[in-house]
Amino acid sequence: MTTQADISAEIAAISEQYAASGTTENGVRLDYPPYRSSLLRHPTKSPVQVDPEGIERWSPVFGERDVGPLESDLTIQRSGEPLGERIKVTGRVTDSDGRPVRRQLVEIWQANAGGRYVHQRDQHPAPLDPNFIGMGRCLTDDDGSYVFTTIKPGPYPWRNHHNAWRPAHIHFSLFGTDFTQRLVTQMYFPGDPLFALDPIYQSIVDPKARERLVATYDHDVTEAEWCTGYRWDIVLSGAAGTPLEEEHA
Amino acid sequence: MTTPGQTVGPFFAFGLEYDGDSALVPPGTPGAVRLFGRVLDGDGDPVPDALVELWQADAEGRVVQEPGSLRRDGHTFTGWGRAATDRTGTYSFTTLAPADPPYFALCLFARGLLDRLFTRAYLPGHQPEGPLSSLVATEDPHGYRFDIVLQGDGETVFLDHRRTQD
Repeated sequence: MTTQADISAEIAAISEQYAASGTTENGVRLDYPPYRSSLLRHPTKSPVQVDPEGIERWSPVFGERDVGPLESDLTIQRSGEPLGERIKVTGRVTDSDGRPVRRQLVEIWQANAGGRYVHQRDQHPAPLDPNFIGMGRCLTDDDGSYVFTTIKPGPYPWRNHHNAWRPAHIHFSLFGTDFTQRLVTQMYFPGDPLFALDPIYQSIVDPKARERLVATYDHDVTEAEWCTGYRWDIVLSGAAGTPLEEEHA
Repeated sequence: MTTPGQTVGPFFAFGLEYDGDSALVPPGTPGAVRLFGRVLDGDGDPVPDALVELWQADAEGRVVQEPGSLRRDGHTFTGWGRAATDRTGTYSFTTLAPADPPYFALCLFARGLLDRLFTRAYLPGHQPEGPLSSLVATEDPHGYRFDIVLQGDGETVFLDHRRTQD
């Protein structure tokens, strides 16, 4: 049976190779063997470079009819209060030029405070919380800002190897102004002791790049007698559609 | 610096799926077509925990900029949808054939896939030349079929869009 020590050794070897390479990788690797499920699920050929055209230079539009104002509060979706640490998570969605991504959809999903997902295939013997579903949506505002109220998720075990545990995280799904900016990622919490052990987090081999997935505790977001606050800004790749936007301006 | 991606994981269903997600038009709509296919891994086995997103022009070739994809009203065509694969690795959309460009832009997510992948499914009869020539859906009694092979024999051509700014 593969142990954490085996996985940690693989992670360390890849990390050393990367450090010695002298290159900088800003993204995540698709081929990252310590994450066993990626072995048969990563392409082996390089992607074909294309110029985005037509439809790819636009994104679908979401509006008030898609997302209700209460859907950003994951603590009020049932009749009672969910258990756990109430938190607020907020930040801005921008493109790589710093332009806010306005009025665009943000979707999140997560485990409950005990590390259990509302999913029939989640077999972790931690309790479900009848007052917590763990999914939310919102639209960014004109400044590109989003805000969710939720419960801090717990870490949870998975079966990548023996005694594998994921650091606590919230899944985020984001759209930009172009289809090509689509991003699904995970937000982590500062100081998690599981970071070094987790092959999904470590699949971003550049230390600075993976730190961009870690939220910051922000006392200005924390609300007295109510909840603690975290800030996490998201930068989507550059919008290829700029020339087209100018044509239509 | 851009924010890196991470896998959608195994438990996205309750977060991302919703009623009507894969039905861009109601069944029985005049001109409705089905775009479907299987998502397969490097052993040729189905991927039952993948999510395919579709974005397309409408039947007149317009880029639709209308809200309502998450709560469809039954008559506004929004051009966007998502379909999770079932236990046979099959995804399926009910939609309209786009006029121009003559392809469905697709974005793929899955457990085990650390970042999203982009590709295009061209309509039968609109095969592109060059490196994208394999990206054509086939006409099938059940609709337009477009399988997505993540790895190995018949690996799907995935796209890296050049950026004017990054």
